[in-house]
Amino acid sequence: MSLKRPEGVLKAVKQVRGGVHVSHHKNTADMEVVRITPPKKIVLPMQQHIGAPCEPTVKVGDIVSVGQVVGDTDKFVSAPIHSSVSGKVVAVGDVSLPSGVVTKGVTIESDGEMTPYEGIKPPVIETREDFVKAVRASGLVGLGGAGFPTHVKLAFPKEKNIDTLIINAAECEPYITVDYRECLENSKNIIGGIQLLQKWLEIPNVIIAIEDNKPQAFKALQKIAGEFKVKDNVKLMTLKSVYPQGAEKMMVQSATGRRVPPGKLPADVGCLVMNVASAAFIGRYMRTGRPLVSRSMTVDGSAIAEPKNVRVPIGTSISEIIDFCGGFKEEPEKILSGGPMMGMAVFSTDVPMIKSNNAILAFSKGDAALKKERDCIRCGRCSAACPMSLMPTLIERYAKIGDVERLNKIGINVCMECGSCAYSCPAGKPLVQYMRLAKSVVREAAKK
Amino acid sequence: MILDKKLSVSASPHDHSKDTVTRIMLDVVIALVPSLIAAFFLFGPRTLIVSAVSVGTCVLAEYLSRIVMKRHQTIADLSAVVTGLLIAFNVPTSMPLWMVVLGDIFAIVVVKQMFGGIGMNFVNPALATRIMLIASFPTEMAKWNAPFSWKTEATTTASPLGEIKNIFRSGTINDDSFAELPSLMDMFLGKRAGSLGEVCAIALIIGLIYLLARRVIKITIPLSYVGSFAVIMFIAGGFNLTFLAYQVLSGGLLLGAIFMATDYTTSPINFKGQVIFGICCGILTALIRLFGNLPEGVSFAIILMNILVPHIEHLTTPKPFGTVKEKKKKGAEG
Repeated sequence: MSLKRPEGVLKAVKQVRGGVHVSHHKNTADMEVVRITPPKKIVLPMQQHIGAPCEPTVKVGDIVSVGQVVGDTDKFVSAPIHSSVSGKVVAVGDVSLPSGVVTKGVTIESDGEMTPYEGIKPPVIETREDFVKAVRASGLVGLGGAGFPTHVKLAFPKEKNIDTLIINAAECEPYITVDYRECLENSKNIIGGIQLLQKWLEIPNVIIAIEDNKPQAFKALQKIAGEFKVKDNVKLMTLKSVYPQGAEKMMVQSATGRRVPPGKLPADVGCLVMNVASAAFIGRYMRTGRPLVSRSMTVDGSAIAEPKNVRVPIGTSISEIIDFCGGFKEEPEKILSGGPMMGMAVFSTDVPMIKSNNAILAFSKGDAALKKERDCIRCGRCSAACPMSLMPTLIERYAKIGDVERLNKIGINVCMECGSCAYSCPAGKPLVQYMRLAKSVVREAAKK
Repeated sequence: MILDKKLSVSASPHDHSKDTVTRIMLDVVIALVPSLIAAFFLFGPRTLIVSAVSVGTCVLAEYLSRIVMKRHQTIADLSAVVTGLLIAFNVPTSMPLWMVVLGDIFAIVVVKQMFGGIGMNFVNPALATRIMLIASFPTEMAKWNAPFSWKTEATTTASPLGEIKNIFRSGTINDDSFAELPSLMDMFLGKRAGSLGEVCAIALIIGLIYLLARRVIKITIPLSYVGSFAVIMFIAGGFNLTFLAYQVLSGGLLLGAIFMATDYTTSPINFKGQVIFGICCGILTALIRLFGNLPEGVSFAIILMNILVPHIEHLTTPKPFGTVKEKKKKGAEG
């Protein structure tokens, strides 16, 4: 269902090239986010973001409370980690991330009280630097899925002349509806977050962008945009519903017509893109001082008994979250952390959910089946689908023969692994895997 | 509850479109059916025999060559069926069956499998076979049955292409020039001499519409091919629309433009490349038809362009997203 664009609502400046029309499966769109039963135990890996891992700041036996820092580092590209329960630290050592990567982590046994940390108070902000520092202290990383520390994004130098803040509510991944719910349930914080970002970062224009297949969230956002004064220049924009509309570079192009060059960031073309849930979090944090200790995620898929949108303390294991959602109704064959297009298949349910996880999807055997890989017939569906104008079949060929020079020339590094190519391949080629192979070939060559 | 079952893991994405190679090939076969039905009515039951023999031989040849080459079996993808049908469509109905069989083996074994099978052949197997058959059996390849003659007594007749060439060479083109030819409506419906599957324009266009609706092919190549061909013929014919219409409807132009120039493996992937490919096919076809010794130029034009595809592809590889064009700075910038 697409909606009519009322007056004052912008439309995309430039359409996304290619992309794919996925089945949306937004089954949980009407389900309010519910808090799960507090977990008995949480595992907090020290690497929940892109960048440098944190070092544990607590030791076994320490008593911690909700919101207390348990991991931090001096490195810039990183974000501190807070306890999401109150209780006792029972282990500090190697833990497994959902991806299977082993990193240092802190395991905390909950006392069931969820006592908040007494040090929690709203941050005092007087300068832009204070604001960025406060965002760092909140532990915020991009909640849309990438997990890039937000304060790094905000600490752009003045000469970048950022003129547009894009609030990303596209949520183009199938199944996931947490941003959708955020628009409906958390408008006050979204408004607050936008106001603060605009004030402290001195960004003249704000565009709130949403796909045109989400009428209810659109109405909620319309109200939000209406709360601002005319001089604030906060505009709502509807985008065509096509995957991967919500990808950062696609967002910048749709909203402003600008293209982020290979290897550059949205800041280089004067844009700052922020997920709507991240903006709402900033709004709430600056009011309350409660750091990032829980997040919303969609639990869905053919093997889940009661699909839900849940608010989960960070570090809760997948199995506890699924138990809260009625367990499995069919034997699961594949469990994803994240959406079906870019999410990751987990190897076990005994792994913690981290800051960047926005969904748990469990599929039974039939829905998890892969196509058998066949020979490429050069149909060109992959190239037509690639939003970055790449030729996946060529990249596959060059990767297999290790032709680094050509790989660089045809732009392997602009690939964001959105999966549009592999989705559309009739020969069932695991093209994203080949893209990753190609990137590693280039990386290895660069090391030499 | 911790699950003790082993979960499957794989790289993203975890959802896929319903497209498969088999489904695509099946769509091409379906798109060819209207032409086969038309051929049956025009040229009689032998069309079905030729088609069946051709398809059967192609599938068998593919099956055996995959076994001999110790590679995984690919007959289920139906590409051999498509090749078999296209070869049948490219020969006269009276073609001796052993010649058809020879052509099928040539297409599958030599042109397709020796280069690696589906997706690897550098020219279209059906067209390469047509050219091989023209070179080897020129008489049999130019023996055209008159439409509907199968009902009484099989008679052969001249293909309109030769006559059209004579009209062009005579130098004067006016509306009386076409008296010897079947009417344009007959040409459109296929009541003319020609290869088994190339004569009925309306059936081929139905096939085209089906392929477009199923998104198997885009209109780019057929349109740029027929378009550029038509422009040249319009000029060459002294802006005579009848001449243009006869040129477009005769020979194998529509069959070639719709079903053979659009072969994935031997045509460019990107839009720009496809336009260049289509336009060049059209120009070459027109030049061969106008100035060549052979009456028909479709197969030669497409094959020539097939060979150039890697170069076209190289020249038209799109720049990655956001690549800044390096403009030669000449004073003021636009």
